[in-house]
Amino acid sequence: MSESDTLLSCTDVTRYFGGLLALDHLDLDVHRGEVLGLLGPNGSGKTTFFNVLTGIYAFSEGRAVLAGRDVTRDTAQAVYKAGVARTFQRSRLCLSLSLFDNIMVGNHNRLSLGMTFNLLRRRAFARELEANFAAARDLVEVFSPALADRMNEPVANFPMLDRRRIEICRALISRPKLLLLDEPSAGMTHEETHQLMDDILAVRAHTPELAIVIIEHETSVIERITDRCAVLNFGKKICEGSYAEVIENEEVREAYLGAA
Amino acid sequence: MDNVSQASAARRPDSPQVITSLVMGLVGGALLTGFAAWFLKAESEYVVGFLLLLAVVGAVAASRLGALDRIGVAFGAYEKSLYAIVIAGVLVLAWIFRQDHFTLLMITTVMVYMLAGLGLNVQFGYLGLINLSGASFIGVGAYTSAVLTMHSAIPPLLILLIGGVLSALVGCLLILPVLRTRGHYAAVVTIAFAILFESFLKVNDILGGPQGLPVGAMSLFGWSFNNPITFGGFQASFYMNYLLLTLAVLALAFALVRRVERSWIGLSMDAVRLDETAAACYGIGIRRWKVLGFTLGNFLIGVAGAIYGMMLGFIAPANFGFSDSLILVSIVLLGGIGNPWGLALASAIVVILPEKLQMIQEYRFLLFASLVVLVLLFRPDGLLPRGMRNYLPGRKVAP
Repeated sequence: MSESDTLLSCTDVTRYFGGLLALDHLDLDVHRGEVLGLLGPNGSGKTTFFNVLTGIYAFSEGRAVLAGRDVTRDTAQAVYKAGVARTFQRSRLCLSLSLFDNIMVGNHNRLSLGMTFNLLRRRAFARELEANFAAARDLVEVFSPALADRMNEPVANFPMLDRRRIEICRALISRPKLLLLDEPSAGMTHEETHQLMDDILAVRAHTPELAIVIIEHETSVIERITDRCAVLNFGKKICEGSYAEVIENEEVREAYLGAA
Repeated sequence: MDNVSQASAARRPDSPQVITSLVMGLVGGALLTGFAAWFLKAESEYVVGFLLLLAVVGAVAASRLGALDRIGVAFGAYEKSLYAIVIAGVLVLAWIFRQDHFTLLMITTVMVYMLAGLGLNVQFGYLGLINLSGASFIGVGAYTSAVLTMHSAIPPLLILLIGGVLSALVGCLLILPVLRTRGHYAAVVTIAFAILFESFLKVNDILGGPQGLPVGAMSLFGWSFNNPITFGGFQASFYMNYLLLTLAVLALAFALVRRVERSWIGLSMDAVRLDETAAACYGIGIRRWKVLGFTLGNFLIGVAGAIYGMMLGFIAPANFGFSDSLILVSIVLLGGIGNPWGLALASAIVVILPEKLQMIQEYRFLLFASLVVLVLLFRPDGLLPRGMRNYLPGRKVAP
């Protein structure tokens, strides 16, 4: 891999919670256009890594560079602006808001937020609204044409599979460079998971530049959609490579199954 | 149910459904105005009790028959006609009671509370900031109007604005602690402020201490609002001046708050309220929206206070205590958090009911408290729950 292919480069990322070492000098690179699986037993630091990277928690040590820009000390808002969008393990949609509203939450940086624009220039606002509605609808249609006809319904009306889809649409609407998916299959049946992965592969085909980091436990999912995997244990990276390589790794087997 | 196609079907002007719904809306408005007039005229507590029963039965029956939904759909498309009907209704009431000081004062007080409620609605309904010092910000507006009408030559209309601005500025004192805390802790900060503010007024001799201050009258183009209106054969109480002014200010504030909601600003505020962490991860500046919404809310509350002070002619710290702030919050909870129309209904209940049922005067806090608890138990979104955001009602585009 050449240097220019690296989208995100993390070195020495460390995070303490009091005396607990949640991330232990983690080095991880993400390349443009790849799907990287982030694996590891519960509590191994996968979600913490997302939270530190997206500015929810501060770095205790180490740094992260996204497309040549240091994002180590950035706020959550700035990291998003730099092109990192994420979903959450427990769905964090605004249930009482409509599907369209939820997707627009993800488009915040590209909306006109001025007072005069929003309150007085209602014609211009209407034009921007229409353009955004069309864009959101097109995006939702990639996932599910049925959903695209229900843009004004509250998200609370939709089943878990559709909520995950909406959450991914919300992350994608602003055209990020890097998408972080935190266990998208959590709480779904096997069949639903399968459908969602089809969707993610479809997104990949649409946007070949987009890099995806996915936290996942289900091995069939990992095997199917990842190009590369990294395995964490106790906040340390213990292995990196293709899916076939990491499952053969002794240390990985030990982490999941206990010492032989 | 598909909102889009339903709404666009309702927008076809020739659709018979729309016409019947509009007629129903007109009849409903007329009935409601008639009911309000009867209620305001009622003197015996038996009549009041009967009318309350009638209101409850009527509301339940109308919602069971689906009339409310149909009217809602029709007015979603023709919202301007709804505004026209409501304003006409208030004017008809004002006409009926044109010589009755007390009733005009009561109607205007309902509108002042609603105006303050609009401010709280931005803070609490949209941003999720619980402001338990609403009455203090009314107080800032009222005291501003007292000092400026008595000691300056500033035109009173401008004083309304200054009252709002000062209230917003005083609110800035609270911004830092409110931004540093979340949820209930921010609410506690505002309680502390409410108590501090009342004690400050009581011990401060320049502002009249516990006795309070007189407030000068509103005047417009040389017309003092303390004069009764005489116009040929037409005669009306001086409160009619305040009623008309408050109605105009309220209509402006209502339109403003509606536009805030129906814009990216309202969307951002909703996102902040519903999930701060997720909002931050999508680039939404939490502080920016909290400062804007809190300030806008306090501005509206301050303007309400300035009008209220001028209308009462005399204010004292006891008008702006913590319990009055609780009344304001209960208006927002009762009406339907985030729905400005709910405020109209709830303000009317909270202001008029204790006046009509003298026997409950002493117990009114008990009554409101139990009413709020009952509503939260059985209708957690309030009497008139907030609907889905409709950015451009009446337009032929999908959203």
